[in-house]
Amino acid sequence: MTQPQTLFEKIWNAHIVAEEPDSPAVLYIDLHLVHEVTSPQAFTGLRQRGLKVRRPEKTVATMDHSTPTHDPSLPILDALAAKQIAQMETNARDFGIRLYGMNSAHRGIVHVIGPELGFTQPGMTIVCGDSHTSTHGAFGALAFGIGTSEVEMVLATQCLLQRKPKTYDVRVEGQLRKGVSSKDIILALIARIGVGGGTGHVIEYRGPAIRALSMEQRMTICNMSIEGGARAGMIAPDDITIEYVSGREYAPKGKAWEEAVSRWKRLPTDDGAAFDQSITIDADDLVPMITYGTNPGMGMRVTDSVPDPDRVSDPSQKLALSKALNYMGLQPGQPLLGHPVDVVFIGSCTNSRISDLRLAASLLKDRKVAPGLRVMVVPGSQEVKRQAEAEGLDKIFRQAGAEWREAGCSMCIAMNGDQIQPGQYAVSTSNRNFEGRQGPGGRTFLASPLTAAAAAITGKVTDARTLI
Amino acid sequence: MASFTTLTSRLVPLPVNDVDTDQIIPARFLKATDKNGMGDNLFADWRYNADGSPKPGFVLNDPKYNGAQILLAGDNFGCGSSREHAPWALTGYGFRAVISTSFADIFRNNALKNGLLPITVDAQTHRDLFDLAEESPQAEVGVDLASQTVALPGGKTVTFPIDGFSKTCLLKGTDELGYLLSFEKQIVEYELNH
Ligand code: SF4
Repeated sequence: MTQPQTLFEKIWNAHIVAEEPDSPAVLYIDLHLVHEVTSPQAFTGLRQRGLKVRRPEKTVATMDHSTPTHDPSLPILDALAAKQIAQMETNARDFGIRLYGMNSAHRGIVHVIGPELGFTQPGMTIVCGDSHTSTHGAFGALAFGIGTSEVEMVLATQCLLQRKPKTYDVRVEGQLRKGVSSKDIILALIARIGVGGGTGHVIEYRGPAIRALSMEQRMTICNMSIEGGARAGMIAPDDITIEYVSGREYAPKGKAWEEAVSRWKRLPTDDGAAFDQSITIDADDLVPMITYGTNPGMGMRVTDSVPDPDRVSDPSQKLALSKALNYMGLQPGQPLLGHPVDVVFIGSCTNSRISDLRLAASLLKDRKVAPGLRVMVVPGSQEVKRQAEAEGLDKIFRQAGAEWREAGCSMCIAMNGDQIQPGQYAVSTSNRNFEGRQGPGGRTFLASPLTAAAAAITGKVTDARTLI
Repeated sequence: MASFTTLTSRLVPLPVNDVDTDQIIPARFLKATDKNGMGDNLFADWRYNADGSPKPGFVLNDPKYNGAQILLAGDNFGCGSSREHAPWALTGYGFRAVISTSFADIFRNNALKNGLLPITVDAQTHRDLFDLAEESPQAEVGVDLASQTVALPGGKTVTFPIDGFSKTCLLKGTDELGYLLSFEKQIVEYELNH
């Protein structure tokens, strides 16, 4: 009898092209997503070596990071960004790659459009020069971020050199309570294991609370696996997955679909398969989460008080916490509830999909944004934007006093004109609260779309459950 | 790729845990379409004031550590974004090795592909090295990749782990893409069967 295998092992084993002793495996890549920021040097490398893109049809490019989110008829003012965008267009043309460019109706954040167009499918290996490629693991794919040298390798060979990672079983028992979402699950997990807790591992999220989530909520969890140090996060495909993929533009059709579904049904981890590490979280105990510090592991329940460095025994952790609180302008022991905020950002590859926008809109409907507050709602793709507008969500946001922008990474990364000002506080649905991530000197509280919408209404850090 | 065999250098101490790649090189410098000039923006927000003047308290602005080629950093160095601009900025500045107790996965991969050696040491050695760098900034340590050792002044030598493949690539300056291209036959075969 064959050994019971995990979801990860099944996909890994099915993609080994070659394995030499004492060397990393040569792993075949089914889907390579490309964006303008981490690819130019890779294409330059191909030109210097006179290489082609081996499988252009397995390569999909978009523009999302440095693209402005203002009115698309206005010119791109940042000359460097404009050059980078033009370079992506040239590279896609020269190498014959499908590009969802500035004028494409399907352009958007790479991790939003991959699933949306049906490129992302269970059982695949998926890479992108972007750490949040882990998002696609929600479909039961092995998806992880790579560096630019590796982008060049995949372009040239459709393969990567990879050492086999370890596996991490994250079980989420129970059921989420009202006002608590998948963002709160992942923030709670990272607060527990720390930003390096998953290093060297691929996480598989399992358990009843995970099975109950929609695909979009699953993507939110897998998206932030990298914030816990894991390169990839995965969720086994089930009927919810199959239902989501079905009928999408690049999903298999007809007989190929039937075959694919029967393959996908064999992917889930076998009973008795072993993981290298495991942890259990109880969804019943979770409440809305928020970060107080300068990495995603510095998170707590929104109702908690900021921790005190004097109570931390490890000297380097004590130092890290003091440094973070100093940057954030927060005092040990202070509650965050009621803390004033200047900006609310609803967007990013973590929380910019239609269900995220619906959640935020459900709270903002017939309410007003607090005076003096800047609230930006940035859909993850032009498709999400169209859908939201068809449902009238844009009107809800606008009438409340929020900005409704074009699709892109926007204020998640602050390299496209959208940023917070030095010293300002933002409640953000994105994934990173690193120093300066949303603009030099800016201070980020990471939270769920509901918590962000609640802050938009009150102008303060708020427990969204009090407004539902 | 540049090869790495041995290195004797002073240390630049940066006792900060979880240094993320947004600190190593902030995103606004990622609009470049080449790899050059990244070193000037290494640790930009810790290193410079908004007007571009150096922040006096930051270690890279301390003349004592000028010219040192080994960065001694806190735990879990290089977490966050996959940007290879981080090792480009570190090597562009002149670093050839980083010592920590642990590295984020993607950063480690990216470093190895750019001739930047990530050296993992145990917590005690890590503390000893910080003491050394702070108390005797002129002291040098010797890194020898072939024997996987770091020699501290006073005779203490510690070993560090590295997988055999990465080690050989670094020692020989092997081009990994060239190596991967040599699997053409197997790749064609795989594609035929899938
Ligand atoms: S939204 Fe943010 S985290 Fe996601 S791909 Fe864009 S920059 Fe990266």
